[in-house]
Amino acid sequence: MFDAGQVLDALQAVKDPEIPALSIVELGLVARLEVDGDAVRVALTPTFAGCPAVAVMRAEAERQLRALGAAEVVVEITFDPPWDSDRISDEGRRKLKAFGLAPPWRHNGAADLLQLLVADCPYCGSGDTRLESAFGPTLCRAIYYCDTCRQSFEQFKPV
Amino acid sequence: MEDTTALKTLLFQLADDELIIGHRDAEWTGHGPILEADIAFSSMAQDELGHAQVYYGLLHDLGETEPDRLAFLRAAADFRCAHLVELPNGDWAFSSVRQFLYDAAETVRLAALAGSSFAPLAQAARKFAGEEKYHLLHGRTWMQQLGQAGGESRVRLQAALDQAYPYALGLFEPTDAEAALAARGLKPPEAELQGHWEALTRPVLAEAGLTPPKAAPVYGGRRGQHTPHLAALLADMQLVFRSDPEASW
Repeated sequence: MFDAGQVLDALQAVKDPEIPALSIVELGLVARLEVDGDAVRVALTPTFAGCPAVAVMRAEAERQLRALGAAEVVVEITFDPPWDSDRISDEGRRKLKAFGLAPPWRHNGAADLLQLLVADCPYCGSGDTRLESAFGPTLCRAIYYCDTCRQSFEQFKPV
Repeated sequence: MEDTTALKTLLFQLADDELIIGHRDAEWTGHGPILEADIAFSSMAQDELGHAQVYYGLLHDLGETEPDRLAFLRAAADFRCAHLVELPNGDWAFSSVRQFLYDAAETVRLAALAGSSFAPLAQAARKFAGEEKYHLLHGRTWMQQLGQAGGESRVRLQAALDQAYPYALGLFEPTDAEAALAARGLKPPEAELQGHWEALTRPVLAEAGLTPPKAAPVYGGRRGQHTPHLAALLADMQLVFRSDPEASW
């Protein structure tokens, strides 16, 4: 017998392979969680449909839930609800910044492109930055330049 | 579930469009004129291949074979993509114009499919629409930059538009499934989608100083009739998988 808290603790150990400081719980990937006796069913909603890390995270989630002792484990991928960047927790945002990635602004459902043009430098905190490219080394990142400390940095894209 | 023929017809069009343009975009990887352009096309390719995989996954759930087999084992005549996506990349102007016209169509299509009566498709469309807005931003930016630069830039861009436009109209080729799709609330008629697409693209083209040509649409892709470019593309793309279809990767 497990409770939702134990399941979430197990899932907290599943990290984003491209941002290892961050767990799938902090990223807001956990859409649904059901415990029925010894059976655990989790639904993950991917950040981006083409994200290659999804398969890795799903396999790791299954592994962690079996390690918890669940007899029956189902981890499925869903777009209901679709992931959006507001699902990243406050702790997730702190960890992103510590990792050197500017967190996305909270858009409260109105994710318009003007928000893309605004990002604070995660290194020096300056707002004197500019968007270099809306695309980056992974689907979730945009590339910026800080005119204050003169470094490139990446932002987790608001979606 | 009732007869799924019309739904599968739609899903094959969506999946095949995304797979083939994803492949074309990936052909820019390592060849972009500047690093950011290279990254942009590579990233958009990844989005499109991800979308294709989801659509093929829906087809698999409806009884078709696995996504990899749908992508890598069908011949050109089985594909239902529009000719626009199978055309070679050409110069930067052509790729930018083709991508912009395609992404504008996808934006309009996803907005319509978000209301589809087939829930898994509606859910996927809502998800993809959030990603698609970055593609449209990219396309619009390049149209502005290249168009407003004038000179050789504007000349090449207009030539690219003249070439691509009839094929872009082919994205809205109606099929035999048209009436069933509309009647069941799966997708609105193509003529309606084309109208929204024209409303979306006209201002951007005008802003770039471009005039869309008066042209008849190039149809055939939705019926499995393709240019020789598709077979050549598939020979490339399917080579590795076909060398051992039972291998696990």
